[in-house]
Amino acid sequence: MIKNLKGSFQNFYRYRFLLQNLIQRDIKVKYRRSTLGILWSVLNPLLMMFVLTMVFSYFFRFDIENYPVYILSGQLIFNYFTESTSMAMESVIGYAPLIKKVYVPKYIFPLEKTCFSFVNLCFSCIALVVVMLVTGAPFHPTMILALYPMATLFVFSLGVGLFLASSSIFFRDIIHLWSVFTTALMYASAVFYPKSLLDGSIMQFLINLNPVYWYIDAFRQVVLNGQMFTFNHILVCALCAVVAMVVGVKVFRKGQDSFILYI
Amino acid sequence: MDDKKIMVSIDNVGIRFNLAKERVDSLKEYFLKFTKGALHFEEFWALDGVSLDIEKGDFYGLVGINGSGKSTLLKAVAGVFKPTRGKITVNGTIAPLIELGAGFDMDLTARENIFLNGAVLGFSKEHMLAKFDEIVDFSELHDFLDVPLKNYSSGMVARIAFAIATATKPDILIADEILAVGDYAFQEKCEKRMQELLDAGTTVIFVSHSIEQVKRMCNKATWIEKGKVIMTGDAETVCDAYSAKY
Repeated sequence: MIKNLKGSFQNFYRYRFLLQNLIQRDIKVKYRRSTLGILWSVLNPLLMMFVLTMVFSYFFRFDIENYPVYILSGQLIFNYFTESTSMAMESVIGYAPLIKKVYVPKYIFPLEKTCFSFVNLCFSCIALVVVMLVTGAPFHPTMILALYPMATLFVFSLGVGLFLASSSIFFRDIIHLWSVFTTALMYASAVFYPKSLLDGSIMQFLINLNPVYWYIDAFRQVVLNGQMFTFNHILVCALCAVVAMVVGVKVFRKGQDSFILYI
Repeated sequence: MDDKKIMVSIDNVGIRFNLAKERVDSLKEYFLKFTKGALHFEEFWALDGVSLDIEKGDFYGLVGINGSGKSTLLKAVAGVFKPTRGKITVNGTIAPLIELGAGFDMDLTARENIFLNGAVLGFSKEHMLAKFDEIVDFSELHDFLDVPLKNYSSGMVARIAFAIATATKPDILIADEILAVGDYAFQEKCEKRMQELLDAGTTVIFVSHSIEQVKRMCNKATWIEKGKVIMTGDAETVCDAYSAKY
């Protein structure tokens, strides 16, 4: 067991350069040939935020202080989760030509997509700061703590991504189901409405079962409200991450040797 | 047997594929089939009970017709397939030249691809930086380094791929039909490079449809047919027997 674990780490260490290369490749290719190049990484989320703010501020008037920042912070975290899990889900299938030719540890691909998506998240955070400056939102010293929900969400998404990557190879339907599921999930994550809207309804109970909601709430707690996490924030974020990771790794390891027969 | 070190030991290896004819890869199909009790897979053994020992310094040829399992065997040695049965033990580092240019991204330039492909093969950044000039020299592509790979001809792509894979001195080199690409001069160069590696103590496993080439370059050979070993021995004997049949 210990020897096994040591072997895995050595293997990972050997392939860290590949991980780094693939992430760089994804970033380069994404905005290649556009005149503004890498600037799009910030500009793109910024423009999206602008559109969202316009639309939602017009249609919904909730009693929320600095509504643009409220919705954007939710959007940012939620998008990271959707993007990273969807990309991780299809990563192994996408790299099929490579997997059929050389030996590469398979988990590199979901891991790479989760990392690449995290880089996008960091760029979006820059855009969020720009929006906060423009709307005159206060900058709280607790903002730095936002790294905690971000880091735990990374682990959570990776776990979910590994699970999806493995199971979608055997059952391709999952790819389509997942996009429907994430759409439903968005409405249950309090991205653009206040949680208080649900008071007394069954949804209030349901939303507490949604891990993504907890990450969003923890993020807003320190960025928007300028308050410390509650004990529940710390616990739920960490617990979901650990559970997702354990399940994801187990399922992935069980399937990985047969991937090649199905891709 | 003398005391030569065994580099690759293939022990009673079998590899099973589920034939794609009726592959169940959606939930709906799975449930339908499951409830009807029709959930069975047609099995196909691409390799069956193959045992080989490849010793240090061997230039080992594999011959056989298309679909006989040669490439499957090479891929199993390279770690792409995991044997369903039996065991493969490899002592040393492997440079797979199975399909050249695995992991090349056509949108990236040659320079970027050299690093990417090196990484796919498990080389470190320092190693690639140290070998970069050598790779460029060998592939003779100095003037085109910053051109996206999609503008390259397939022969040029193969050159870079071969150069990257052989830039390091691997313990075992696995070569599948690679010499079929590139112009004559480059083929000669590749053969020379492989000979150099061999002289430096690398073990080569080689698949080719050219019996002449196997005869000329290999010292030992195995003839595989329908996933089973028909004959193992020195290259001359095996090649002669093989040519006699076809």
